[in-house]
Amino acid sequence: MIERDADEPFTAPWQARAFAMAVVAAERMGVDWDEFRDRLKAAIAQRPDQPYYESWLDALEDLTGKPAPTPR
Amino acid sequence: MSGSHHHIRPKTPQELRTAALETVLIERGLASTDAIDTVVAKFQNEIGPRNGARMVARAWVDPAYRERLLTDGAAAAAEFGYGGMEGEQIRCVANTPEVHNVVVCTLCSCYPWPILGIPPVWYKSPPYRSRVVREPRAVLAEFGLELPEGTEIRVWDSSADLRYIVLPMRPDGTDGMPEDELAGIVTRDCMIGVAVPRVGAVAA
Repeated sequence: MIERDADEPFTAPWQARAFAMAVVAAERMGVDWDEFRDRLKAAIAQRPDQPYYESWLDALEDLTGKPAPTPR
Repeated sequence: MSGSHHHIRPKTPQELRTAALETVLIERGLASTDAIDTVVAKFQNEIGPRNGARMVARAWVDPAYRERLLTDGAAAAAEFGYGGMEGEQIRCVANTPEVHNVVVCTLCSCYPWPILGIPPVWYKSPPYRSRVVREPRAVLAEFGLELPEGTEIRVWDSSADLRYIVLPMRPDGTDGMPEDELAGIVTRDCMIGVAVPRVGAVAA
């Protein structure tokens, strides 16, 4: 069934934040939005059942380069 | 929300992950809190389906605009000052008594941001993306839209290069209604194609 109650663009504030972070980062990196969208498509294809904005974060990490693990 | 300091709940993994990524992007100069806030506010306050609704209402009252809208959606949006990311190429498809149009993005979530804003969660969900192509009539029925048996349903799959907006039919009983009132009955769902305008409906 289609979740009709999920009628808003974002269901939690972090999702709006994640959305905007990608817009800002792509602009500052000077890359075309296609660069992000292609990664989003790939992230969704890889994990079709994962919540949408988690795929969005995957794509954003992929675009900006995974942060190096912090030394402990 | 911000005043509810009595109920501090632990952050979810997604919140923590987003916050950590934001910190990293800021450190690397790829974002700033202000820039992120500005984009969030812009999509909350300025960019949304009211833009598309104004274009639909104009097309209903002005046949010349309707022609321009059907010829080049992005140019017709620009007449209202709407444009920008994800709005470079917009194709408007018109409903008729014979044909009903509905829009999807099967691969991700392509959508004409400048005139419809950010798509609702269900538009981006696997069930909608896959099912509306396979069984559009059943999906539309779930949205409460029962179309006559004879109506052809066309499903338009958005792509990186082309976004769609549905031009619904002007409902009966709206003769003489002013343009801004007409825009008021055009909901976002009407422009995705999962609903049709109804007199007395109030668009969000």
